[in-house]
Amino acid sequence: MAFEHKHMLGLEGVNRDDLLFILDTAKSFKEINTRKVKKVPTLRGKTIVMAFFEPSTRTKVSFEMAAKRLSADTYSIGSSGSSVVKGETLLDTVRNLEAMNIDMVVMRHKSAGSHRFLSRHIDAPFLNAGDGGHEHPTQGLLDILTISEHKPSFEGLNVAIVGDIAHSRVARSNIHGLTTLGANVRLSGPMTMMPRYVERLSDRISIHPRVEDALTDVDVVMMLRVQKERMPKHLFPSDREYATTFGLNRENVRRAKPDAIIMHPGPINRGVEMTPDVADGERSVILEQVNNGVAIRMALMYLLMGGN
Amino acid sequence: MIHIKGGRVIDPANGIDKRGDVFIQSGRIVEAAEFTGKRATIIDAKGKLVVPGLIDMHVHLREPGHEYKETVASGCDAAAAGGFTSVVCMPNTDPVCDNASIVAFIRKQAERANGVNVFPMGAVSKGLSGDELAEMGEMLKAGAVAFTDDGKGIMRSDIMRSALEYAENFGVVVCAHAEDHTLSAGGCMHEGYMSTRLGLSGVPAVAESVMVSRDIQLAAFTGGRYHVQHISTREAVELVRQAKKAGLHVTAEAAPHHWSLSDADLEDYDPNFKMNPPLRSEEHVKAVRRGLKDGTIDVIATDHAPHSELEKLVEFDQAANGIIGLETALPLGLELVRDGVLDLPGLVAKLTVNPARVLGLEKGTLSPGADGDVTIIDPELSWVFSREEIRSKSANSPWLEREFTGRAVCTIAGGRIVYQI
Repeated sequence: MAFEHKHMLGLEGVNRDDLLFILDTAKSFKEINTRKVKKVPTLRGKTIVMAFFEPSTRTKVSFEMAAKRLSADTYSIGSSGSSVVKGETLLDTVRNLEAMNIDMVVMRHKSAGSHRFLSRHIDAPFLNAGDGGHEHPTQGLLDILTISEHKPSFEGLNVAIVGDIAHSRVARSNIHGLTTLGANVRLSGPMTMMPRYVERLSDRISIHPRVEDALTDVDVVMMLRVQKERMPKHLFPSDREYATTFGLNRENVRRAKPDAIIMHPGPINRGVEMTPDVADGERSVILEQVNNGVAIRMALMYLLMGGN
Repeated sequence: MIHIKGGRVIDPANGIDKRGDVFIQSGRIVEAAEFTGKRATIIDAKGKLVVPGLIDMHVHLREPGHEYKETVASGCDAAAAGGFTSVVCMPNTDPVCDNASIVAFIRKQAERANGVNVFPMGAVSKGLSGDELAEMGEMLKAGAVAFTDDGKGIMRSDIMRSALEYAENFGVVVCAHAEDHTLSAGGCMHEGYMSTRLGLSGVPAVAESVMVSRDIQLAAFTGGRYHVQHISTREAVELVRQAKKAGLHVTAEAAPHHWSLSDADLEDYDPNFKMNPPLRSEEHVKAVRRGLKDGTIDVIATDHAPHSELEKLVEFDQAANGIIGLETALPLGLELVRDGVLDLPGLVAKLTVNPARVLGLEKGTLSPGADGDVTIIDPELSWVFSREEIRSKSANSPWLEREFTGRAVCTIAGGRIVYQI
């Protein structure tokens, strides 16, 4: 089949067939990651710029690893090392990179829609590594890939997403991807962090002010990180109260189905979003998510650079 | 001397809407019998509308301080091209227009411009601080016509109370940018479904309406004159409606973008659709149109806010608020007529006599003896708002390259033609 996307800016509007095609492609790349020599020549001669204008460790490493395992050349810029701090605009910075004949820009930026803005002025394909509170499509896809490895079908699957929905690009990408595939998404967390009219994004969304209600009989529990760097102070009273009211622990996790899996996009605030015993427990698939991240990013780089 | 022949003359202040001629002599409107001009300029206005010179009571001319965005002169050129013969400029310049010398400076710059009348609005508070009243009396003597802290809500209720009381010494109106900044902090678009989708932080509608509610109570308490600038929410429109029913001195203006665009237009994160108050969702847009229709909203004002590419060719949340509006307001107003929201005299009133009355200006009519400010409109002319067309120094408009029907074809200020196609 043909993969018609020039960029991957978000999972909103990506149809079911394309989502499944990306997952299938990623699954085929997973095998490479277990080889002794973890490198194939697929993207040899391609140049990818990793532009991380927001701090990132694991996501950046994951993208770099994905590119290198496909033999692409990568160059990194970030806000501290680049001319952005010298007063250059984002558009100028990326225009300059483009002038060096790059094949793709992987970008993370604190401003929602910044890829959309740049793509109106720049020709190179963009792969979104997170834009503000908007989308983080590779995270959504790696989560979906992880779920697919544990659950036979998305149709009718119940997924609880708990925490700071308002500021979460991870939540938005998962909501779009999961509902497109037929899953039901239950949202819970402090109502101060529940974005208005989020239920209008899909008729498969429900909002649950009580976390216990959201957890009851679910197949997947996805806890979100409390992103203190993104929120004003008064959205919840204290970490302690967050942990006891909205956090996942040994007791309330029992409400989920016995075979439910526990997910978290990381990095975890241990003791806030979930207790350590739950994070490290046997239902936790958090490290599988990390592993799948590389495969998903390989798949998207391959598909966006005309691989199919 | 100008003889405008055979147009449809609409002068809402005098209840006139009929075919006829308009005569201008020595900078004033005169009756046919008085007109002596044999060598007068004759303008054929057949098929055109002849109306009092339009008044825009909400523009940012950016001078002093931001002359790279606009100057008094370039703003007056844009005004004339849009059919406006009078503009009221906001005080958020650098330095702030909060004292008589800045008012006088702006008036001086206006004298060197094209002849469009420029009326400065002074700041309510010193430096727009919201903490201490500015010298209203001194500014009025220098030529200010009203007061506002536009761009900022006056957070302190005691300051707003004092402003309303003190302005009554001079019988002038206090205009308010109604915004509770504790509710709007960090927001860059309307808070609703679209902000949730786009992942941008929102400015809730209540950030406007809680302030309008407070201010109307203060206006009732003090007996002061209160005008809501760029009203954008259903709740605020309803509050103004009730205040008028109660007989208070409360008026309101709406900007063309708040009746013609909505937050659904933000899909592309285009900063030329970013302003404050933000584009609202459909129910608010409808409420603004209803408010225009039933007279709750007295005035159409553009909130013309020029910005250069430095402020606008950036990420959406980093971009400055505001769009230019002087050259597109009239055609967007004519769309309201075609949509059945207003009739032509109703539209003209909101662009002429109504703002004049809110501000106490002796303008906005074609009465004999009135200033020779006249706008001639071709309601059928098709044209494209192209970048080359723009008279403003800035091009931050959501309507770039859009086709419009109807525009001013001749603008006469003080008896002088300041724009003509």
